[in-house]
Amino acid sequence: MYKIIASRMIVPNMHILTIEAPVIARQVQAGQFIILRAEEEGERIPLSVSDWDRARGTITTIFMNIGSTTSRLSQLASGSFIPTVVGPLGNASEIEHFGTVLLIGGCYGIGSLYPVARAMKEKGNRVLVVIEARSSYLFFWEDRYRVLVDKLLHITRDGSKGLKGHIGRIPEILTALDEPVHRVLINGCTFCLKRGSDATRELGIKTVVDLNPIMIDGTGMCGVCRVSVGGMTKFACVQGPEFDGHEVDWAELAQRRKSYMAEEVIPLRTSKCEEHAHQSEEVS
Amino acid sequence: MTEKKVLDLIRREMPKQPPEVRKFNFNEVAFGYSEELAVEEAKRCIQCKKAHCVQNCPVEIDIPAFIQCVADRNFAEGIRIIKQKNCLPAICGRVCPQEDQCEKVCTLVKKEGQLAIGRIERFLADWEARQGHVDMPEIPEWTGKKVAVIGGGPAGLTVAGDLILRGHKVTIFEALHKLGGVLVYGIPEFRLPKAIVNREVDYLKSLGVEVYTDFVVGKTQTMDSLLEEYDAAFVGSGAGLPWFMEIPGENLNGVYSANEYLTRLNLMKGYLFPTYHTPIKAHKRVAVVGGGNVAMDCARSALRLGAESRIVYRRSREELPARMEEIENAEEEGVIFDFLTLPLRYNGDASGWVKEMIVQKMELGEPDASGRRRPVPIEGSEVAVPVDAVVCAIGNSPNPLIGSTTPGLLLGKKGNIEADEETGKTSRDKIWAGGDVVTGAATVILAMGAGRKAANSIHEYLMGGDGE
Ligand SMILES: Cc1cc2nc3c(=O)[nH]c(=O)nc-3n(C[C@H](O)[C@H](O)[C@H](O)COP(=O)(O)OP(=O)(O)OC[C@H]3O[C@@H](n4cnc5c(N)ncnc54)[C@H](O)[C@@H]3O)c2cc1C
Ligand code: SF4
Repeated sequence: MYKIIASRMIVPNMHILTIEAPVIARQVQAGQFIILRAEEEGERIPLSVSDWDRARGTITTIFMNIGSTTSRLSQLASGSFIPTVVGPLGNASEIEHFGTVLLIGGCYGIGSLYPVARAMKEKGNRVLVVIEARSSYLFFWEDRYRVLVDKLLHITRDGSKGLKGHIGRIPEILTALDEPVHRVLINGCTFCLKRGSDATRELGIKTVVDLNPIMIDGTGMCGVCRVSVGGMTKFACVQGPEFDGHEVDWAELAQRRKSYMAEEVIPLRTSKCEEHAHQSEEVS
Repeated sequence: MTEKKVLDLIRREMPKQPPEVRKFNFNEVAFGYSEELAVEEAKRCIQCKKAHCVQNCPVEIDIPAFIQCVADRNFAEGIRIIKQKNCLPAICGRVCPQEDQCEKVCTLVKKEGQLAIGRIERFLADWEARQGHVDMPEIPEWTGKKVAVIGGGPAGLTVAGDLILRGHKVTIFEALHKLGGVLVYGIPEFRLPKAIVNREVDYLKSLGVEVYTDFVVGKTQTMDSLLEEYDAAFVGSGAGLPWFMEIPGENLNGVYSANEYLTRLNLMKGYLFPTYHTPIKAHKRVAVVGGGNVAMDCARSALRLGAESRIVYRRSREELPARMEEIENAEEEGVIFDFLTLPLRYNGDASGWVKEMIVQKMELGEPDASGRRRPVPIEGSEVAVPVDAVVCAIGNSPNPLIGSTTPGLLLGKKGNIEADEETGKTSRDKIWAGGDVVTGAATVILAMGAGRKAANSIHEYLMGGDGE
């Protein structure tokens, strides 16, 4: 059993959970994830690790409250216990001295991007961060980013902060920057990853995405997380979750993620971005 | 023995749920022998002086001795004899391929009346469970040594059971949230009720075996860092990496690996959705590709979930690698068999779900390396079979997580860990391995046999020998 140390809504519909898991806290690195079950009858769901405290033996994750498991998770009070937390799973983010990196986080991805920004900074990169949400009240951890990174930019669907629109505006941001960017890295919902990758393709900037397919065991045993990357089938849980965004077969991934929608157990890490984007495109 | 007994060559059948009933439920298919049937069957044993059955048992159970106990109605002694050599009798009595092991060489097999050793073993284990009291063996004083066991499948459980009884401290590290390996995530409830696996696991825990679930060795901690704490380690991590055929359309929705299909169903109890929260689709027409036990389990599960279910196999019935009993069960229940049929590709609908499989008919040609006749395609025989789900059950290889994070651990071509057949020793000091991770997908009893040998070798090493 794993103890919930802290649990609260961080912005509407977005939850932050800190769990006592000392062995995982000792090992985890930027870009890795855990799999947990909220209760004995529960599903196993993957969640990116957004922060950790090695000394206190805790890990922190941020998720959107959208499926049955996440809504149950969000109702758990501090001090309660959950039966399964396993990790750290997946490969760590590729962190090197690249030069200037542009990190983009949407929705819960604002959380999981944070350790990547920290590690990139530690390696001496110039780190530019773009965070993206429907409206300014959905941003979180801005203060943490502000003290960490070289530049923090915003995109909101409603224009309440920063650029108006969605991740499709990345090329404009890149042009306005007036400095070369050596690598782009995106965390967020599938829509965000895809649109971001589309936007950088023509610019020829290497773009790394943190994929989020459905998973069960997270160790390469079931293969439900398979994705086509560069024409090859990969298991995201053990060969990812980071892949080259220009090589991913997005249509297939989007379809595979929808396979259990009908069962109402909407897989985690879905957001309404796509819908909202269409709406905002229709009005504009 | 002076009087010569008349040979009774009639194997007593085990009562089962009738096929038209069981194909709609997940309850165990076979009920097991009644006391009377077990005793009758046991009395057929001729108590061979040179018992071939024992020689062909990977864990060398004293078969004639426990059979005699049943004939004498001394059930308590019977189960005690089995447990001296086999810590998982209720499981082995159900899923071991006895027809390839003890029963294959039973003296009575020549007259086709081989004793139903597995059924009697199962009877004894179930009899003991019904008594509600399990005899606890004595645990010797702690030797001061600690052993890490990686993987909680049959191989790991055997090593843990053997070593704890010799006074070592044992810790099992298991990636999933439950112990049992394939016994809990793969083999379905109707063939092996999970309550039975849990009972055997609880027994091991009650002996003092320490268990860490949710612990992926190679990720949560590496082998080398575990070995800073433990005097020896046994790797029994199984063959859990699913193969796909690498044909077009395999990533369509509705195409599963057998592991995914069975894990949703068994480990996550998808057949009890929504009481349990992991969904499994109620498909209408399911095709299972493959012909082994795994394929039979998938096809029979699909049937129970309400689908028309078919096995698609590229050779003929004779070559099916599954146990005969399971093939017959599947046939009785109405699974359709498409023999000499090879899937070429899958076509999907507009929303990315599989809607048909294109297959090619085969015919048997010359024998191949395995001695089985090689299936050769018949040109122009392609047909489309409408399906809404495909389960790929063509095999598994060992998961590379441990191999790739343990420097110096010698691996074979298919990613299996190289280990000595007699001792389980690997190329690395202090590391032993056994079961499917060494042999590739095999059987429960072979995994247990490998565990037994490794446990002996580890014990010797810990007590100051060289483990040879
Ligand atoms: C569907 C199906 C039906 C079968 N039917 C039969 C049958 O009727 N009769 C029969 O004899 N055999 C059958 N088999 C085969 C049999 O189950 C296996 O041969 C046997 O379970 C192998 O035992 P094992 O201990 O080597 O591995 P497994 O049972 O595979 O156990 C390995 C365990 O190690 C864990 N693990 C893996 N990697 C790690 C890691 N890095 N860290 C920690 N833990 C890890 C896994 O999660 C798993 O629990 C069947 C197999 C399947 C899949
Ligand atoms: S070989 Fe058959 S008949 Fe002989 S002892 Fe074994 S079970 Fe009995």
